[in-house]
Formats: sequence, C-alpha cells, structure tokens
Amino acid sequence: MSLQMPPLRGVHDERGAKVTEFGGWEMPVEFDSIQEEHRAVRESVGKFDVSHMGEIEVSGPDARALMQRLTSNDVTALDVGDSQYATITDEGGVIIDDTVIYRLPDEGDDHVFLFIPNAGNDEAMTERWRTHRDKWGLEAAVENQTHEYAMFAIQGPGARELALDVVADPDRVSDLSRFEATYTTIEGTESESESECWIARTGYTGEDGLEVIAPWDDAESVWSAFDCQPCGLGARDTLRLEAGFVLAGQDFDRETNPRTPYECGIGFTVKLDTEFVGRDALERTKEEGVEEKLVGFRLVDRGIARHGYDITTTDGDVIGTVTSGTMSPTLEAAIGLGYVPVEYADAGTKIRVDVRGRPKKAKIETPPFVDTV
Amino acid sequence: MSFDTPDDRRYQESHEWALETDDGVRIGISDFAQDELGDVVFVELPNEGEDVTAGESFGVVESIKAVSDLYAPISGTVTAVNEDLFDAPELVNEDPFDEGWMLAVDPDDESELEDLLTAEEYEEQVA
Repeated sequence: MSLQMPPLRGVHDERGAKVTEFGGWEMPVEFDSIQEEHRAVRESVGKFDVSHMGEIEVSGPDARALMQRLTSNDVTALDVGDSQYATITDEGGVIIDDTVIYRLPDEGDDHVFLFIPNAGNDEAMTERWRTHRDKWGLEAAVENQTHEYAMFAIQGPGARELALDVVADPDRVSDLSRFEATYTTIEGTESESESECWIARTGYTGEDGLEVIAPWDDAESVWSAFDCQPCGLGARDTLRLEAGFVLAGQDFDRETNPRTPYECGIGFTVKLDTEFVGRDALERTKEEGVEEKLVGFRLVDRGIARHGYDITTTDGDVIGTVTSGTMSPTLEAAIGLGYVPVEYADAGTKIRVDVRGRPKKAKIETPPFVDTV
Repeated sequence: MSFDTPDDRRYQESHEWALETDDGVRIGISDFAQDELGDVVFVELPNEGEDVTAGESFGVVESIKAVSDLYAPISGTVTAVNEDLFDAPELVNEDPFDEGWMLAVDPDDESELEDLLTAEEYEEQVA
C-alpha cells in the first residue's frame, strides 16, 4: 500500500527533514536534531505537522447521542468550543483508540462534533460510527475529513504569544482556556477561500500550546505563519513520554496489547454514568480492580529501555513489558512506561529492565517525569 | 547533503570505519551513519582484552529513536576503548572520525583491511 502524504511533504523535504512511515503516512521524524527540537518546545516554542491524525465530523439531530454512545467521556459536558480527551472502547472495555473530541458551532438546532482518531484509524472509525448509527437508527452525518484538513501543533511556553501575533482574532485566542477552541483566520494566508482555522488550546507534549486544524489547501501558508522551530515525530515522542502520555499502538493496542483505560492510567476518561459501548465491562473492571497497571520507571543503571523489553523483579522473574522507552532529553536519564502487576506499581519499587540480556536497575516513578502544565 | 569520508581509512558496508594507527586498528562509525542515527545517547562497547570478529556485532550505538548494532570491520583483540563515549556519547555525532572513535583492536590479520571498501567505494554506496 502506498503511503499517504501530508500536504507539506514537499516543504518538509526542502527543509531537510528526515521522514518515516507512521500510521500509513509519510511524516517528518526529525528536522534538525530530536534533542534540539525537544528543547525548543520545553524552553520556547516548536511546531509539529500532525496532519496524519484523522478528522471525523459528526453532525445532525442525533450527533450528540452517537458520540455519547461510542466514546467513554461525557460529551454532554461540552459547550460549543470545548474539547475533551476520551477513549473509544469495544464491548469488553478494551481501548480501540484514544481521541480528542471538539464541539464545533451548532448548525441550526443540530450539534456538530469533530473528533481526532489516531493516524491510520480514520477509515475504521468512520465505519464504526456509521455502522452503529445505522444499527441504532440514529440520524447523524459522519464525514471523514482527514484529507480535507492539515493539523499542526504549536507547543511550548511561547506558543500562545506566537499565535497571538499571527491570528486575525487575537482577543478570541488569548481568552482560550485549556481545552477550549475557536475559529480564526491566520494573517497572511493566501488562500482565496480565506478559510478559517479551528484553533484549540490543546496538545500532547505536556506544555501549554495550541493545535490548529487548517484547510488542506492553506497548509503551507498557515505552517509558514508560525515562525518557530519545526519539530518531527521523534521529539513529539520524547515530549509525550516525559509527560507520561500514552501512545496508541505502542502503550496499548487492541490486537497485540489489549488494555482498558483503567490499566492504561486514563480512567479519568471513563464516565460510568453515561451509556457507551464497553461501559458495563468497564464498570465490572472498576469494581474488581485491575491486575496490571501502566507505570513509569527510570533506569538507575546506564542503558535505554525499549518497547518490548522485559521488566523483571530484582530476582530476575519476568513481571511485565516495556511499552515505551527513551533517553529523556530534559532529564538526561532513561525513562519509560510499561505494564506490571499492581503489587509492583508503587513509586520507588525496585525493578530490573532486561536490556539485551543485561538486567539494568530501575525504579518505578509516577509520571509525569517532568513538570507539565 | 554531503558527508565527510576521509580517505586515510577503510569502510564497511554497515558504516563502520577502520584506521591503522600506532596503537592498533581504530574503529568507529561514519559521518553518514551518525547523521542517519540522529542524536547518539548511549554506546555499549566490549572491554579491553575481549575478542571481536570481522562481520560480527561488537556492541550497540543508541540514538534517541533507535538501537543499532555495531559490526567489527576486522577480527582481533580489543586493546583500548574510548571511555569518553560513556559520559559524552554525543562525540559520535560531533566528531565521528576522531574524538568519536570507539575501539582500538590488535588485528589477527591485517590483510583483512584490504577486503574493506575504500573511501571512494563507500562514498558511492551512501551517495
């Protein structure tokens, strides 16, 4: 299968980006150096092309009911311009995907939602939404707009200041609280359509920042308007890991590593007083408690833990698996996430990580590993 | 992008170089390899006195995003290890041909060097 290209593929090439396949898309992994890009986001501001993320719009008289029944959080809590983090679970409460749901301005009497599935999941989620809509006899339009929009994340302590310089409505943007969003145009965009961008105070780096969903044809001018360090998926991974944020397909995977939100440490996305696919299973899980939990750890010995490495007791008994691991550019220490039985999950517990046959001393540490907003 | 490929040494397809010096054959990785890897954050090397075998892994170099095996360009006994790399693995990025060297080896058979690529041949490979 040929890879999908973000609208800025050529622009990234000219900038000398290294690219990689991610979720079926060819995306920039590194522009200058992961450490340099990482530092830019922690200390000032950086921009990421995340156009590989999906965009699915759900509208119509039953849009809210459909969203409520297919996602774990409570969409009725969203006013226009609000967003929330949620999971999409199967009947067994296993996470199929994690997502951010935005409530867009109403169309007449109808609610409109936009949700962002992970890269490569847009078609499956569109199908899932349509199938359940038809099964339940709900009236809602489900439109996969992944190829109509580019998406950029502007992240770091300087992100909002930078944005205020380039948006047409700085007042509206400066008023945004965390997880709030609004439409605005970007100064200097050349598109004849003057299409608006959906700009949200969200992100996945642990820093303050914004995410911008821009019309595909405006991608280049919007990207250029934000004059700051371009960052690739490499830095995005080290940043999200320092913040303790999970990555779909890596920290959970419906096929290879099926997990519930409670095991993943994102039980806060589950609102059991709403009705959704997987709710009953999750209620049981919550009552019974989980056997394993995703934990953070930091290596004491020299070495780097990688996805798939064994986690063992100090005696060498295998108790779990590393799901994410890297050298933290901020801490200059090797950190990671992995699943262990709950009795080993307390901060400070001594464990070992088997790094290519060598047991490395490590300690459980509760994420985030660095201070985040 | 062009990469340095000094012609005073030989290269292996897997991107290691070998240079004859007074203290044996020094081994490191090429400018192309360090660039491909990105930020090097960890290097695992054998100890002095251990043997390495041509074509076989003698250690690993880890960048933030990946783990890569290092393959010995020549067989022999390790006579020196660049311990500076344990505290400053970034030397591999900054100066792969000099400060970023990895091992020195007393070769079993110096003629093995002749089997490696010349700088010109290696440049063609990475072009």
